[in-house]
Amino acid sequence: MHKTQDNRAWFLILPVVILVAFSAVIPLMTVVNYSVQDIFGPGQRYLIGLEWFRETLRDPEVHRAFLRQMAFSGIVLAIEIPLGVLVALALPRAGWKSSLAIVFLALPLLIPFNVVGTIWQLYARPEIGFFGRVINDLGIGFNYTADPISAWVTIVVMDVWHWTPLVALLAFAGLRSIPDAYYQAARIDGASRVAIFRYIELPKMRSVLTIAVLLRFMDSFMIYAEPFVVTGGGPGSATTFLSIRLVNMAVGQFDLGPAAAFSLIYFLVILLVSYVFYTILQRVSAQ
Amino acid sequence: MAQIVIDSLRHSYDGNLSDPGALALKQVDLTWEDGRAYALLGPSGCGKSSMLNIISGLVRQSTGRILFDGTDVSDLPTEKRNIAQVFQFPVLYDTMTVEQNLAFPLKNRRLPTDEIRRRVADVAEMLDLGPLLKKRASGLGAAEKQKISLGRGLVRSDVAAVLFDEPLTVIDPHVKFELRRKLKLLHEELGLTLIYVTHDQSEALTLADEVVVMAEGEVMQAGTPEQLYERPSHTFVGNFIGSPGMNFIPCRAEGERLVFSGGSLPLPPALSRSISSGQSLKIGIRPQHLRLDTSGTPQIAAHLIELQPRGDSYVADLRIGETALAMRVPDDVALPAAPFGVSFPPKHTLLYADDSLIGDLDA
Repeated sequence: MHKTQDNRAWFLILPVVILVAFSAVIPLMTVVNYSVQDIFGPGQRYLIGLEWFRETLRDPEVHRAFLRQMAFSGIVLAIEIPLGVLVALALPRAGWKSSLAIVFLALPLLIPFNVVGTIWQLYARPEIGFFGRVINDLGIGFNYTADPISAWVTIVVMDVWHWTPLVALLAFAGLRSIPDAYYQAARIDGASRVAIFRYIELPKMRSVLTIAVLLRFMDSFMIYAEPFVVTGGGPGSATTFLSIRLVNMAVGQFDLGPAAAFSLIYFLVILLVSYVFYTILQRVSAQ
Repeated sequence: MAQIVIDSLRHSYDGNLSDPGALALKQVDLTWEDGRAYALLGPSGCGKSSMLNIISGLVRQSTGRILFDGTDVSDLPTEKRNIAQVFQFPVLYDTMTVEQNLAFPLKNRRLPTDEIRRRVADVAEMLDLGPLLKKRASGLGAAEKQKISLGRGLVRSDVAAVLFDEPLTVIDPHVKFELRRKLKLLHEELGLTLIYVTHDQSEALTLADEVVVMAEGEVMQAGTPEQLYERPSHTFVGNFIGSPGMNFIPCRAEGERLVFSGGSLPLPPALSRSISSGQSLKIGIRPQHLRLDTSGTPQIAAHLIELQPRGDSYVADLRIGETALAMRVPDDVALPAAPFGVSFPPKHTLLYADDSLIGDLDA
């Protein structure tokens, strides 16, 4: 094969190069830029190498925020994925009832994040909020502004309320794609309801559930607006997740260098964990 | 295995039986004898799949009864009916191996493990699936997958009948032939009652001891392939079976003759008595029964319009008066270019009144 050399081809990829540069590379480089310099003023900047990264990785506040974040994502995934699948299984399969159920189900997904926070901030108030009042009336002391457990319960319940519908909708789409013949064959084969779920529905939902797990992991790992509005990261730092910690650093303390280093580490962690999840789920399905 | 009786079955998917024209099945009475192979043949939408699903219990009929060996099973759910069914597209449990797929119906019915193993081995042997047993079912070709679907039916010793819903649709033609032979062999070996839904007449005629032709929710005719071919009881069956289908020539009775555009034929008195006035009459004759009239004094003259080669023979498109006809001609017979005489052998020339067979002209 003879290869044609024509450097004009470079012009053809120029638009993409420019687009990617402005949308991703240049903003990212700004962060990289900040992360390796110590800046005192417009004229006073010193290259300090990886010092901010080391400092961030050693910061006990960051460690705690990281553990909280992992716990939060773990809890939320453990509740939302099975619950979403259950909801999807319970939805009517077709007809106007199905459409109506889907509209109601999708409502929380249409609410802006900080509005979700505001709703729950009011809803869970021990004195005036319905949720908070009912729990307190049951004789359980519940006050998310003072008690860390109450704060966690509020934020987890809020996230489950907000995002389970997404999982349910994805799972429902997976269920809908199963041809009737599978259910008919299962009846011929005398399969129980559990066996139908285990051998037909779950395998057929596998790819959408992989997407659901990845989306919910990434989103929950980056959660900011809702806990910020509800608890502001408190009481104390009980609900200070990574994003809240990051914003405190960057905006509150104006530590742009450490915050930039933190951002990059944060980004790499999400990338890494997502990759691990994806690989595991692919492995499971290849078995 | 069992005898299956369908007793005055009617079905409508929306539950409304008041409009007979809209019914998926209009009044079906049929008996499927134990150990025979049946084909349920008809165009798309004629109700053949509905019939199958009603027998297996996947669909509950609106009215009527289904009897297995005299027992009414109308209210039994599918899993209690001892029916095996193979669908148009192979249904497999993707996460299981071939072996686990075959064992699944038995495991669900809680058979002892060694019994399951023995049966699965038997069925794998029968269907030549032995080497694939440990493989994952999802990676196999369509033919193997369909064999596994069939195997899940055969593995149960208690099945009253095996129902097939156009199972060879997605199979390559050359494999199709082999699977069909295999199926016929299994039927003879195991004495299975087979009900095989298809819209492919050659499949129906080669596979079945008896063919049931359906159209628009009704059974048009049930009989052996020969009966359907030689004496279709309805013009629909004559048209549907055979390629090309039967010739039908509109005609009228005038005294002792049947008159049609371009000629007439003698009408036997026995037949003329069973015609009532006002009925629309048609003469029916298969293309290969039409003969070249070499008597020298031909009664009916035909013009050749076109010759279509069909390998070992030709199909000649003829015109007799206003009537178009197809005639099968062996390839060693040359048709004259000028108008020539054709004869209608009375034994094979059938008369239809309002589309129903009333007899042949040999009566």
